[in-house]
Amino acid sequence: MTADEQPSEAAPGVTDAASGAAGAQAHEHETPQAPPRPLLAQDWRRLLRMGAVGATAQMFLALSNMPLRLDDRLLIKPILSFGYLSLLFVPFVVGNRVGHQIKREGIPTHAAGAHEVIGGAVAGAVAGAGVSLMALLLANFDLREPLVNWSPQLADLLAFGNSTGFAVFIWLLLGGLSGAAGGAMRLLRPRIRRVAVTMILTVGLISVMETLVTDLAEGMRFEWLTDRVYARRGGVNWNWALILAAVSGLVSVLARGRVRRTRERIASLEGASRNRANLGLIALTGALLVILPMFTGKLTNELLANVGLFVLLALGLNVVVGLAGILDLGYVAFFAVGSYTAAVLTAATSPRINPELPWFVALIFVVGITGLVGLFIGAPVIRMRGDYLAIVTLGFGEIIRLLFLSDWLSGWFGGSQGIVRIPGAGIFGLASVDGTDPRAVFYLVLAFCALTIYISWRLERSRLGRAWMAVREDETVAEAMGINTVNVKLMAFVVGAVLGSFSGAIFSAKVGSVFPNSFLILVSIVILVVVIFGGMGSIPGVIAGSAVLIGVLGGPRQPGLLAEFSEYKLLIYGALLIWMMLARPEGLIPSVRRSRELHQQEMAQDAWLREQLDEEANGGGSLRASAATS
Amino acid sequence: MTCTMESTGAGGGATAAAPLLETRKLSVDFGGLHALDGLDFEVREGEIVSVIGPNGAGKTTLFNAITATVALSSGDIVFEGGSLLGLDPNKVTARGIARTFQNVRLFANMTVLENVMVSQHCRTRQHAFGALFCTPAFRREEAEIRERAEKILNFFGSRLVGYRFDQPAFTLSYANRRRLEIARAMATEPKLILLDEPVAGMNPVESAELTKLIGRLRDEWGFAIVVIEHHMDVVREVSDRVVVLDHGTKIAEGVYEEVSNDPLVIEAYLGHGNENS
Repeated sequence: MTADEQPSEAAPGVTDAASGAAGAQAHEHETPQAPPRPLLAQDWRRLLRMGAVGATAQMFLALSNMPLRLDDRLLIKPILSFGYLSLLFVPFVVGNRVGHQIKREGIPTHAAGAHEVIGGAVAGAVAGAGVSLMALLLANFDLREPLVNWSPQLADLLAFGNSTGFAVFIWLLLGGLSGAAGGAMRLLRPRIRRVAVTMILTVGLISVMETLVTDLAEGMRFEWLTDRVYARRGGVNWNWALILAAVSGLVSVLARGRVRRTRERIASLEGASRNRANLGLIALTGALLVILPMFTGKLTNELLANVGLFVLLALGLNVVVGLAGILDLGYVAFFAVGSYTAAVLTAATSPRINPELPWFVALIFVVGITGLVGLFIGAPVIRMRGDYLAIVTLGFGEIIRLLFLSDWLSGWFGGSQGIVRIPGAGIFGLASVDGTDPRAVFYLVLAFCALTIYISWRLERSRLGRAWMAVREDETVAEAMGINTVNVKLMAFVVGAVLGSFSGAIFSAKVGSVFPNSFLILVSIVILVVVIFGGMGSIPGVIAGSAVLIGVLGGPRQPGLLAEFSEYKLLIYGALLIWMMLARPEGLIPSVRRSRELHQQEMAQDAWLREQLDEEANGGGSLRASAATS
Repeated sequence: MTCTMESTGAGGGATAAAPLLETRKLSVDFGGLHALDGLDFEVREGEIVSVIGPNGAGKTTLFNAITATVALSSGDIVFEGGSLLGLDPNKVTARGIARTFQNVRLFANMTVLENVMVSQHCRTRQHAFGALFCTPAFRREEAEIRERAEKILNFFGSRLVGYRFDQPAFTLSYANRRRLEIARAMATEPKLILLDEPVAGMNPVESAELTKLIGRLRDEWGFAIVVIEHHMDVVREVSDRVVVLDHGTKIAEGVYEEVSNDPLVIEAYLGHGNENS
């Protein structure tokens, strides 16, 4: 394998300039041409500023009690716990950012050198000084009254069990080292950096996702391996961490460029072969999703089912927000209506009417009723635009919840008692799907996800979908182009409501009870964050978004992979959202529309120029000809 | 397609063909400002009318009033013998009036083809059901929409076709954006097109080409056209008739040569001679 790779590395030109990998290598060779900066010619002001930001972040994190809470969670036994990592990654990031330099025309103005390491160390030490200051303050003042996390335990944690003086010293040092490491990442050549990042990520992911991996291991019968990798009380054993790093590094070296080249080859396909590749990918993903849960334990399936529920919700909201551009902050209302309708129609314990319909029959009514509710809420709401519309939907979301909670309707919906003992979803008498069997729930959710994806995919490529996009782009013009914007937006609202009701119906069957408290405004916000984070208007993006946010961090009530983070989930949501808006506003996996904008522009211009030149050569050229005749 | 609606005029007894569009005592007020003040204005089948006048004369307000984007204070607008009062903008478009915008307003993130396809909305009817089940009727209509869009874009020569079909509209050059706006207006299958400064920001070559195109729009597609324009050479080239607005009223009307020598017009543009009048 290595022998096969060798020539292309030795002579990048051989692999044709068109391939991106070769292009990257060419850049790599250009880098040393620029001279490194002198060691002390630092932008001190910037270092201080970045360091101060890092210090503030660390103090905030310390006071949020995250380090203490997560200290039990060992990542690499016995070296690193999640708690310390949550503090130490800050100077690392700061150090790395400090080394960031502006590239002119794609060529760095300076080669990275010791300059970056020193800068990173200084900024990291300034950031670390935040923790040192924290340790000093903790030792000398008692601010427990306003700051609940101001505890001796925190002081102890920061001092590693030693004196305050040691804490002050060690955090300056650790911050400096971490910052220097961050800065040093800039020194590495891209290829080596990739290997390093792969190693860190592999060990990180394997230790962070311990529950998932052990669960998978039990299903697939390789516990013998995981029992060795993980320490008994959590965390990867340090020797295994090294082995994992070595293995992943080796794999990364061997696979160098291959993954990317394959991806680029798929991306460069056109027409029928592109479609075939896409179909293949979809089929592969589908097959994986069907087969994988057979080998995973309850925990993972529960997680997958939760992710699926949010995928359903997010896909529904995606139609409203991503396609039609209607900012709906009260989407939970439809989730609630779907859940309650299903509960009332299927549960024997429903207070007023209890027809005890089979789930699938009830689903027809659920869809109809939620659609009607969507129509009734939408009719007044969508006459508004922009911010006003968002605020009104927010209001309606709350109104629906308060209605279910109210004494007035408690005769129907049980008020705060909710409706309990809801039977599972019967599938044509074959099986009954309820919360006790998360695997079955997942398959049910998966089926509805497939249905929802199909619906949004078809609608996006229809007359209606185009009208939605036009309304999103410019409502006034859409109206002037003959689109009845009120109808079209209402349609988006209703489609969104119906799609949301699917997950509502599944939710009530899965959980077995519905309470008004399950439909807080927070759910709306989380779904919206999922859509924005994943990429508005992009189906794969929305799926990836809920996998990351709901699967890893957890939903409003559902625990994620990192159950330890449940208290800090919203904090991390917020931080992620901010970072996303700054670094990648189009989302995790942007819609084709958006990514196309970024790449093909230059190619198109070249093609246009070529066209013009051809025309000129073929006598006259269109520009001159038209000028002459007019 | 042209000259088929002539007999449907409201004033059936009139000897000449009834106008396609007629505004009667049209007034639009913005607070105390009379943007349009009792304007009588008409367009006949297959006619190209230029509307000129100094800034703030009410030209764009006239377009907005016709397409129902601003509310009338008084007066009436009659199109093919029926009043347009109280209609939503999309209904006006459905009746057969299309427009372009002074500051180009394309659906920037949609492709060139999609821009034209979406503008056929009011002439097509397949809804969610057809799309979901991919019915034969749906597929047929989609193919028709696409075919018509390509035909319209082909009208502009090689500029908006081929690989350009799938380019997002925001990548187009300024002149091409103006062309696409016209293509989009054509896609609504109008009888009357309102062009708001179609050559603004174009270079002389492009401007001359578009002037020719406006003539072809009428000759080949049979649209009646109203053009707001500041470039007098364009106005001279295209118009059958020129209407001059100032302070919301019509101060002159006629063929270009008449209007351009009218002292009132010269005064409105050059703004002196106040002492005399």
